[in-house]
This record gives sequence, structure tokens and C-alpha cells, in this order.
Amino acid sequence: MSAPSHPELKAPAGSAGLLALSIISALVAIVAAGLSQDPIFRFQVEIFALGAIVAAFALNAGLASGSLREDPDRYSDNVIKAGVIATMFWCLAGLAAGTLIAAQLSWPRIFYFPELGFLNFGRLRPLHTSAVIFAFGGNALIATSFWVVQRTCKAKLAGGIAPWFVFWGYQLFIVLAATGYLAGATQSKEYAEPEWLTDIWLTIVWVAYLLVFLGTIWKRKEPHIYVANWFYLAFIVTVALLHLVNNAAVPVSPLSHKSYGVFAGVQDALVQWWYGHNAVGFFLTAGFLAMMYYFVPKRVERPVYSYRLSIVHFWALIFIYIWAGPHHLHYTALPQWAQTLGMTFSIMLWMPSWGGMINGLMTLSGAWDKLRTDPVVRMMVVSIAFYGMSTFEGPVMSIRAVNALSHYTDWTIGHVHSGALGWVGFISFGAIYCMVPWLWKKAGMYSNKLIEWHFWIATTGILLYIAAMWVSGIMATASLKPSRPSMSRTSSARSAA
Amino acid sequence: MASERETDDVTGVETTGHEWDGIRELDNPLPRWWLWTWYGCIAFAVGYMILMPAWPGVTGYTKGLLGHSDRVDVSRELAALEVQRGAGAASMRKASLEQIEKDPELLAYAQNVGQSVFGDNCATCHGIGGTGGAGYPNLRDDVWLWGGSLQDIQHTLLVGIRADHPQTRMAQMPAFGRDELLAPAAISDMTEYVVKLSGRSADAAAVARAGPVYAAQCAACHGAEGRGIQATGAPNLTDADWLYGSDRVAISGQIYAGKGGVMPAWGGRLSPETIKALSVYIHANAGGQ
Repeated sequence: MSAPSHPELKAPAGSAGLLALSIISALVAIVAAGLSQDPIFRFQVEIFALGAIVAAFALNAGLASGSLREDPDRYSDNVIKAGVIATMFWCLAGLAAGTLIAAQLSWPRIFYFPELGFLNFGRLRPLHTSAVIFAFGGNALIATSFWVVQRTCKAKLAGGIAPWFVFWGYQLFIVLAATGYLAGATQSKEYAEPEWLTDIWLTIVWVAYLLVFLGTIWKRKEPHIYVANWFYLAFIVTVALLHLVNNAAVPVSPLSHKSYGVFAGVQDALVQWWYGHNAVGFFLTAGFLAMMYYFVPKRVERPVYSYRLSIVHFWALIFIYIWAGPHHLHYTALPQWAQTLGMTFSIMLWMPSWGGMINGLMTLSGAWDKLRTDPVVRMMVVSIAFYGMSTFEGPVMSIRAVNALSHYTDWTIGHVHSGALGWVGFISFGAIYCMVPWLWKKAGMYSNKLIEWHFWIATTGILLYIAAMWVSGIMATASLKPSRPSMSRTSSARSAA
Repeated sequence: MASERETDDVTGVETTGHEWDGIRELDNPLPRWWLWTWYGCIAFAVGYMILMPAWPGVTGYTKGLLGHSDRVDVSRELAALEVQRGAGAASMRKASLEQIEKDPELLAYAQNVGQSVFGDNCATCHGIGGTGGAGYPNLRDDVWLWGGSLQDIQHTLLVGIRADHPQTRMAQMPAFGRDELLAPAAISDMTEYVVKLSGRSADAAAVARAGPVYAAQCAACHGAEGRGIQATGAPNLTDADWLYGSDRVAISGQIYAGKGGVMPAWGGRLSPETIKALSVYIHANAGGQ
């Protein structure tokens, strides 16, 4: 941005309004908690009230002391700094939960806590997936999108205090979802476990996020919109749509945490996996491709390989992904024709997915030597390689005959982790390793050697993980024989009875 | 902002002339191998859609040139299974439950069918080994809510418990607390009384206070001595077997809420000979009556 001519500091627009809203929300929440007979509802609303009260005090203190004031001519980077810290915090939480449930699977007698029901595998598993996808991945996406949209639009984030609302509102959503899972509040829908109250809160936060993003693009000083922003926008818009449809539900009462979905039976399953697969497609693919499209060319200082490829694979990805959900329901009550569409569109999706891989990898042409010298570049390149591998594995697994072998086995878990740890994790760490020195105005990361270690330990770990899961998944199918555990006993024992 | 196209020194390819935060784009064409592989995928997908059931319409869906149908496959496999089971099933239909249990060949057949059917339909609630859990009766012991004879088990399977069958086995314990039939203090006393019935030590004063209430409210179903009545499905309160838990909290909770579980009626879902096999399987593997 051009040098600020009038460094006039003022509090972001809407701060006082948000303060008033926080106080009102806290009061409403406290009244609702008082009126409700439902302990889980009370628990959730009390956490919400606590969040609103903390927000009100923080805003009040910030307005009074003037620490909220910022330069209107500078990029909003403080909210991105907070986003980076939150990303790392939730990363630790999500990986710790994953390690614990893995231990529960391996040593069920040691890591079984009958007195602490909320630490049961059934409650911790969705906590792990949501913490990794929505808390770690979501924060990484919000933080990087705020960085990228400002730099590529040459415009400060729109909406005054709204980006801070998005950031803290999203953290509150995570806490509400996570504590809800532990308390047993769940819709039992994969990746969409939070109940209606938390869903409504996320809708409000997400609409604010969309408006901040659109507003910033609206006031951009560049004639064109950069490809990364198309992907971020596709991610934000589609996630809003998916969230609203799949969470359509009627609460038991306004003072109950429980709700019943409007869809039933196989329609419910289809809507759920339409949502579930596009959560992968638009949250974990489109969003992180946006990250790739900015941070890879930035880091290797080379132009993006092909503008035409980026257009074609973007629109192909958007149009085709949305059809692929039924491949999660092969050989179920879902009509066969729907399974066919899910499978064939998944196969047609292979090359559009690989368009992103080609554009990412080929951007290195002329800078391949950086693979040797820069561990961050290596991390991003391996991330793209994992992306390519999982987006090939996915269409293969969507073929009905293969699915008969792979589905309901560890293979699926392995597939998810090559995408989550290899692609999403590595591209996020690559982006964070780029962004942290820029944000905190440092020459570089604290230690390149540690990044090297990070890279090698993580790469080895992921490869061991997915290889083990392939073997275990195929073995599981191979050992599916008609014999089952039996309650029969020998006839001599029976004759004694 | 450069809007003119320039040539990249390293690759010799022109850029598009756009630039964002220092990022430019090369104007490379779509890679040929990528494009042709994609066309190949599309061709495969379209071919598959033509051959298999694929597109929905107003009144149905395109059936596909191969005429393949998962449903037809399943019916064919089930019909083949019927044929395979034919002889055994016929002799099962003819024999009485007692004859099946006495005849080693029929018993072996019933055990095999029963095991598989139990795993598919019953194990979800009663456990793969049939030992039940909180709220779900154990089928391996000699405690039976509705009777443990072959005929009792068969009847329970046919009509279910609190199920939507007109002749279903029906018993409903009143929710003495929730419906305010007994005061909280009376429920505490009754809890002590029930603890005492099962031969454990309890507060004697509370037991004395609860005695007349038991005679008036509970004895009709559970019997004067608390031994239960199988004809009405009222459990024996004097033994060590507790469907919803044996401690005071569980007992007073049950007096308060009067819970009762539901078992579906299987008569409409399993064939008569399958129910026979299942009855024999359950009877033969429990402390039968």
C-alpha cells in the first residue's frame, strides 16, 4: 500500500455496535440458560454467555484505552497474527485428540475411562476430526485468506471490526462444538455433528466472513481478481450452502439442545454425503488450493505455470465435485442410478483435481534447485504430491468394485489422512512458515534446521501411516469370512443344563 | 500494474500481463496429456452411464444397456439361498420345537441358522454373545421376563415386547415419581424395600414404612414376595439379576420413571422356520426352562 499520508488512528467501524450486541447476546443467553430444563442446553448457552461477556469486556477495555485503534491505511495484520496462533493451538489440540483415540484403539484396556464417559472413543473421534478439519484447517484458511485477499487486492480488509468478529466468533464456534461433542450434543452426521444452536452461530459468523471477503474484493485496486481469491470465494460460498442444507432441522423446543433433521432415511443419507464429500471438496481442496496458488509462486518467486489451466480446472472442479457425494453410499439403500452418478463424476473429477497439482508443481520450473535449499518449498511440493496421490486414490476408491474392497476398512482412514496430513497439513505449514516472518517482521523462521526435521519426521510418519492402513484395510476385507463369533457351546455342556 | 504481456526469461513463455503482489501468470496452454486423459475419463464415465442405471427422469431412471440391477442381484442371491436351505427349511417347518431340539441333525441346522440370524438381527441389542447389557436382557442365564420355555421364546419373537403387533407382550410399570403417584420420600423408602427384597441390608424403618405401599402399588404385578410374574412380564425383584442396575440410584430411578424397553415383533420379518431355528438356538444356549 502507498505510504500513509494521514496516520489518523481510530477504532474500527462497528466496535461500539459489537459491544452492544455482545451485552445483549450475553443477557439473552443467561435468560435462556435460566429458563431451560435441559442441562446440555444450559451448558452450551452458558459457554456462549461467557464468550459474549469476555467479548464485551475486551471491547470495552479496547475502546476505553484506545488499543483497538488502527491505521486505516495499513493492512489488517493483527487479526492474521491471532489466526496463525489459533491455527497452531488447534493443531496441537487436534493432533493430541487423534493420538489419544489411536491409543484407545491400540490399547483399549489402558485408555478406557469408564468414570469419564466424555473421554469415550465415540465422543473423542468427532472431536478429533472436527478439531483437525474445522479448528486447525478452518483457522489456517481464514488467516491465509485474510492475508492473501488484502495483498492481491491491494485493499485493507472490509468491515471495520468484522474480521475480528469472524475470528473470535469462529473460535467460539469451535469451543461450542467441541464441548458439545464431549457433553453428548450431536446430530450424528459426519463432519456436521454440532446441534442447531451451534449451527446457527456458525451461520452468522460465516456470513460475516463472506461479507468481509466480498467487501475486500469489492474495493480492490487491481483490475482482475487473482485465482487464489476465486478458490477462497468458492470455498466460503459453497460451505455456507452445504452447511445450511445439511443442518436443516427442527429443534425439540427453543430451550432444548436437541433437534431433528428435516430429511429422513436414504434422502438424509444422500444429503449428508453430498455435504460430507463437498466438505472435502470445498473446505479441504478448494480452500487449500487457494493457499497453494498464492504461497507457492510467492515462495519460489516464479510465475504461475498456466493461467488457462487455472481457469479450466477451477470451473471443472466446482461443477463436478458437487456430484460426487453418492460414492460414499455404494451398495446401500441408495438407488443404483445415484451410485452410478457418484462414481462416474468422481472419475471425471480426477483430471480437474490434477490441474491444481500441475499448476502447483510446474510453477517450480526454473526454480527446482530450491527443493534442495529451502525446506519450506520442499514441504509445499511434497504437499502437492500428496494432493495428487489422494485425488487419484479418491476416484479409484469411488469405483464400485474397488469400493467393495476398501469401504468400511482402514483404507478409507488412510486415504483421509494422506489428504489431511500430507496435503492440508503440509500446505498449511508451508504457508505459515512463509507468513510468520512476514507478519512479525523477521528475517526468517527461528530455525531452518527444525523445519528440516519437521519435514522429514512428518513425511516418514505419513508414509508409514498410510502404508499401514492400506495393508490393514485390504487384510480386513480379505478376512471377511462368513464365520462370526458365536454364543453356541458344546452339546455336552447343554445336556447338563 | 503491468497490463502488457511480457516474456518469462527462464521458460521463454509469455505472461498474461496480470500481476498481483508480485505474482505473474504464464500463458501456457493446457498440457496435452492432461486434456486427453480427462477426455478419456469423460468417455469412460459416459460409457458407464450408457451401460448402467444412471439418469433419473420423471417416472423412473435410465436402466442402462446391460440391464444390470443391484436389486435383481440381491433377489436372485436370496432365491438361491432359499433353494439351498430348501430341504432343511421344510423339515424345520414340519418338526415341533421339541423335536428339533432332540434331533441332532435338526438341532445342528437350527444352531447354524440361529447363529447367523442372531448376529444380523439380535446382537445389536443383546450383544454378539447374547449376554445383553443395561436395559437389554441377558439371554444366556436362567432369568426370563416373559418365560424361557421354547414356546415362550418363540411367542416373544413372533409378537415382540411393547411392539406394534396387536398381540404384543405388553407390560407397563407406572412412572411413580414422574407421574407423582408417590412422593419423593415414599420412593426413597420403596428403594430400601426393593433392596431388602433382594436380600441385601437396608434401612429397617424405611422398609417398614414402604411395606403397605408395596402391598397396595407393586404386589399386583411383582407378587407379594417380589418374585415377579412371568405371565405379565413383571421381573423378579428377589434375585441378583437387574435389567436397569442394582444400586439404589438405579432402583429409585426405575421407580421414578418406570422404564420399559421395546423389542420388535419379528413375525413379519423372519420366516416361521427361521423363528423356530432362532427359538431353539436361544433356548439351547441359555439356562432353558
